[in-house]
Amino acid sequence: MTKHFALGIFEDEDVLLHAVENVRAAGVKIHDVFSPYPVHGIDDALGIERSRLPIAAFFFGMTGLAFALWMQIYMLGFDWPMIIGGKPHIALPAFVPVAFELTVFFTCHGMAITFFTITGLYPRFKVPVMDVRATDDKFVMAIELDETSSQFPRLTQLLRENGASEVNQKEMTHN
Amino acid sequence: MQHVSAVREPLVTGGKTLHDVTQDICYQVEAKPNIRWMAALSVALFFLGVFFYSVYRTVWYGIGEWGLNKTVNWAWDITNFVWWVGIGHAGTLISAVLLLFRQKWRSSINRAAEAMTIFAVICAAMFPVLHMGRPWLAFYVFPLQNTLGSLWANFNSPLLWDVFAISTYFTVSLVFWYIGLIPDFASIRDRAKGTIAKFSYSMLSFGWKGSAKAWSRYETVSLILAGVSTPLVLSVHTIVSMDFATSVVPGWHTTIFPPYFVAGAIFSGFAMVLTLMLITRVVFRLEDYITLEHIALMNKIMMVTGSIVGVAYITEFFIAWYSQVEFEQYAFINRATGPYWWAYASMMTCNVITPQLVWFRRVRYSIPLTFALSIVVNIGMWFERFVIIVTSLHRDYLPSSWAMFSPSIIDIGLYVGTLGLFFTLFLLFAKFFPVINMAEIKTILKYTVDNGPTYNPEKAHAAHAHQPAIHGAPASAPVTYNKHD
Repeated sequence: MTKHFALGIFEDEDVLLHAVENVRAAGVKIHDVFSPYPVHGIDDALGIERSRLPIAAFFFGMTGLAFALWMQIYMLGFDWPMIIGGKPHIALPAFVPVAFELTVFFTCHGMAITFFTITGLYPRFKVPVMDVRATDDKFVMAIELDETSSQFPRLTQLLRENGASEVNQKEMTHN
Repeated sequence: MQHVSAVREPLVTGGKTLHDVTQDICYQVEAKPNIRWMAALSVALFFLGVFFYSVYRTVWYGIGEWGLNKTVNWAWDITNFVWWVGIGHAGTLISAVLLLFRQKWRSSINRAAEAMTIFAVICAAMFPVLHMGRPWLAFYVFPLQNTLGSLWANFNSPLLWDVFAISTYFTVSLVFWYIGLIPDFASIRDRAKGTIAKFSYSMLSFGWKGSAKAWSRYETVSLILAGVSTPLVLSVHTIVSMDFATSVVPGWHTTIFPPYFVAGAIFSGFAMVLTLMLITRVVFRLEDYITLEHIALMNKIMMVTGSIVGVAYITEFFIAWYSQVEFEQYAFINRATGPYWWAYASMMTCNVITPQLVWFRRVRYSIPLTFALSIVVNIGMWFERFVIIVTSLHRDYLPSSWAMFSPSIIDIGLYVGTLGLFFTLFLLFAKFFPVINMAEIKTILKYTVDNGPTYNPEKAHAAHAHQPAIHGAPASAPVTYNKHD
């Protein structure tokens, strides 16, 4: 399916932030904004909800901790109890390091996998981008157009008024 | 808005624009390998060959190829292991602890330091694995019910804690490093001309486009990874120190070991970062990104941790005397005045006296002196581990079994071999990966206004000659927009 986009190219993050607010205030829906680095404040300007990844991270961590404690207590306490150095089978203080490490291990990898999955990041042969300069020095605001692209002139004017250095039209094929 | 005091030194000099940053850092990746890089790589590959030969001898003929004996049954192998793991501490410290403390200067060095961490941990892991004698059975350390019986791993053993600590540290550092690399791979991908480059960096960039939502999540992930890596980095060397501290060998059995080892690790890690960065900045012309200010700041961290290490040495001695334990006292007196006095003296000179030179501003800001200092510290930290391990073991409770240790050629080969492995990996990284985190440098660019001309319209136009006129402000122009924070 082919979609048409109007791309407003900005030179500066602060000009972009103003523009995002004004464009949204003018009732135009912004498809996405692409930037070479994280622009602070753009989440609020675009109305992006705060990520729930920290909550996921917490539960991954708890899973790791529970798994580590279960593993050590089950293995050394119940499945094959051994007397090691005359200490109790379930020597909890000695289980702390592994429990801690596995908590960190699960938090990190669980969160990284979640991040890659929800953001749709995976190795691929070709990456179609709106504008190659978005990973260099330009801030790109993409606004979806309908089939006829009739609103393009109006959008061009709106983006120009808000500091866009250029406004382009781009066809993207989504599969 | 962030407030930056007027007296603060700029973090990036030379009045760079965003495009300049991409250009400067991608230059090395895109240019043909230069002769200095090729020469360095050939030397590193030679030592990598030495490493493979030593591994072959160790695995084929067994641990007898090493200089170990019945009394000194841990020597260079574990010394090198602790030394490499220690070096591997600076990367995560820079990327995690300094991130939490909002030390913006870390942006210029975190990428290379993290790479160094990963490669150092790879080198470190070689020693315990080879010391197993039969490395193909290395999976026995994991809690798998083995086929010879139903025994599990012993979770009371610090050596097993080490397995978990090092593998967690390695994989977490790798993931942290890679997530940071993704946006920069995307930058290279979007500039790539050749088919192979375009394909490879597309694969490596995981389809990153820099959308606002992705950045928002990226920042959350970075912050949480920094949060969990901070205690992790402290735990790893703590656990390494417990390999010694939980034993009953005089000289090892001390409660001061965990903090002392962690400080030592950061100390040697920063020394290695300095060694590498001082070379990298010159070879890849990154003087505007890794400035004298960065070098001075790293020097200061080295001095602080070096002083902590010095205090720890003296405390150990004091406690040995104060404990009234004859064996403990002998272990320490033997360290300083026994047959290994030269190792002890090298350790004290390199680790306690040299970092104090950094108090002088002239030393802190001098590149040749800093370079020499960083090498001296690395040598000193190697001797520290050697002193702790060998001098504590070589004269045990029974004088009839006292012995000396002398390394075999294979011991030496393995050590210089891992240096070859390390530098091979680092040189490949420096050529094919962006050595500086471009996205992060771009974030701070605006707040580090240089005194020089910050924006040159002619230059900007020349760079974008094919584009229409550029409006808007340059990246390093002052702004007054209130960003709701």
